[in-house]
Amino acid sequence: MDDSERPVLAVRNINKQYGQGCVNCRGAKGEGLLKNYCPVCGTVYACRDISFEVYAGEILGIVGESGSGKSTMMECLYFDQEVSSGEAYIASYKGGETNVFEESSQQKRYIRNHLMGKVYQNPLMSLKMNFSSIGNIAEKLISAGNRNVGQMKVRGEELLEHVNIPVYRMKEAPKNFSGGMQQRVQIAKALSNNPPLLLLDEVTTGLDLSVQASVLDLIKSIQRQLKISMIIVSHDLGVIRMLADRTLVMLDGQVIEQGLTDQILEDPQHGYTQKLVQSLL
Amino acid sequence: MKIEYNFAFFDEGSKREIRRATLKAIAIPGYQVPFASREMPIARGWGTGGLQLTLSLVGKEDILKVIDQGSDESVNAVNIKKLIALTTGIVVTDETTEATIIQSRHRIPETPLQEDQILVLQVPIPEPLRYYEPSEYETKKLHAEHEYSGAWLMLFEQIVNYGAMSTGADHPVMVHSRYVMAPSPIPRFDNPKLNQNKALILLGAGREKKVYAVPPYTKVASLDFADYPFRVETFQDKCCRLCGAKDVFLDELLNDITGEALYQCNDTSYCLQRMNGISKE
Ligand SMILES: Nc1ncnc2c1ncn2[C@@H]1O[C@H](COP(=O)(O)OP(=O)(O)OP(=O)(O)O)[C@@H](O)[C@H]1O
Ligand SMILES: [Mg+2]
Ligand SMILES: [Zn+2]
Repeated sequence: MDDSERPVLAVRNINKQYGQGCVNCRGAKGEGLLKNYCPVCGTVYACRDISFEVYAGEILGIVGESGSGKSTMMECLYFDQEVSSGEAYIASYKGGETNVFEESSQQKRYIRNHLMGKVYQNPLMSLKMNFSSIGNIAEKLISAGNRNVGQMKVRGEELLEHVNIPVYRMKEAPKNFSGGMQQRVQIAKALSNNPPLLLLDEVTTGLDLSVQASVLDLIKSIQRQLKISMIIVSHDLGVIRMLADRTLVMLDGQVIEQGLTDQILEDPQHGYTQKLVQSLL
Repeated sequence: MKIEYNFAFFDEGSKREIRRATLKAIAIPGYQVPFASREMPIARGWGTGGLQLTLSLVGKEDILKVIDQGSDESVNAVNIKKLIALTTGIVVTDETTEATIIQSRHRIPETPLQEDQILVLQVPIPEPLRYYEPSEYETKKLHAEHEYSGAWLMLFEQIVNYGAMSTGADHPVMVHSRYVMAPSPIPRFDNPKLNQNKALILLGAGREKKVYAVPPYTKVASLDFADYPFRVETFQDKCCRLCGAKDVFLDELLNDITGEALYQCNDTSYCLQRMNGISKE
């Protein structure tokens, strides 16, 4: 395959289940399940055979109702959780020929620190609230092997400026910051090692509308400037419409529809998607 | 009524258990080995970890020295010596060169240690990553995966906030290029003495129930940055007002009346020894 068309990330058949399964649910796919769980043994099938690609410089949106498995999928990709089965290939890692889920925990750390960045809905997941903001950014640089304070300060200041946090506040701890600012610090941290892929999970949920808009604008401008690929998860189709080139729709742990965002908005195929689009109008 | 104690206070089973943990600690330099810390007739936080190590090691032929903050005469050092002497009948000394076992809090003696000596250091907080990560489960994982960004991040924070690495004591070290270790609250001045030391160095934390070790001739490096190299405290041209020693750790005393700063050896037995030597000449 020619490198220019090789996807930045290719995901194949990710499955994530909570529980052992039983005779009722282990057999034929999805039969016997109530939404995403087995009424007999209670096993939750949070992600079921999820496959997709992310191409260079594109934003892939993932939309779906609460509990549809979006966050679980993102956690699997960032190695916050282990997949039950499935594969993922990253173009910039070993030529995109190695299933990253089978790598050692050290290698996974390498991938997390060098090849990905993640922004969580809950900033506590990635920020140390008692450390300085610049320290929070430096943490990711240190993880990637940097041992030069001067360099890290320069990079940190550049990133804070980039996400519109005044540099004179760099010593302040994120716990003093508003929700929108905490998300900006998270974004700066995620970008620190110039990763080819950024994972964003509900990064504006819970912020008030004007702050939401400014964070979304920031994400858009970063994508334009840096040409970085992104996966952006939201239950809000408005966010997806504003940002995503292509969109996956998830329901009960499965991808039920995917395509260009405009196409999905104009001509939704699946009944669930149709309802979702109607509610947007 | 006179109570009869077993030799070295503990029953033989307890001593064996502590020795087993100690052997494991020596086999894995810098790794914190859990042990069943016993109730002692002194309060936790007063050196029970070191005391338990000493009691498990001591034999009838041993000669013991106990130092607290550089002094052999402090209440704590005297009480520990008394307990050990009373339950073993062994000889105690103030002279570093005479001792076979040296239990210490806050200092490594100025007189270089030898191969037939054991230094036991008392440790209040054995986990070097504790401030960065409060959960024991998580810090264990970080050690296992050799993920020490947090240790450098804590130093980075000091530089950002104070312009220099400001750990007055307990500056973290990398042992045998594998484990980051808290060297106990010794001043930075003593950190270099850990490197390639001829003596066996054991560290015990009673309250936290951990033992760890730096075997003889082990590489121990203080953590630092390329542009902020590790430095020990310097006393410039100051020397001890009593014995004239330079290049030792000096205490600063203020003359109440004149306000003049006076310096003298923190290691009182070293100072005495020098003064005796000088007067004999
Ligand atoms: N640790 C767990 N144990 C059992 N079930 C879990 C666990 N974590 C998540 N689940 C279940 O997995 C399913 C997917 O959850 P997930 O958080 O991925 O959904 P989501 O699409 O991100 O929802 P939301 O929009 O509310 O964030 C849900 O049914 C959830 O209850
Ligand atoms: Mg979620
Ligand atoms: Zn079942």
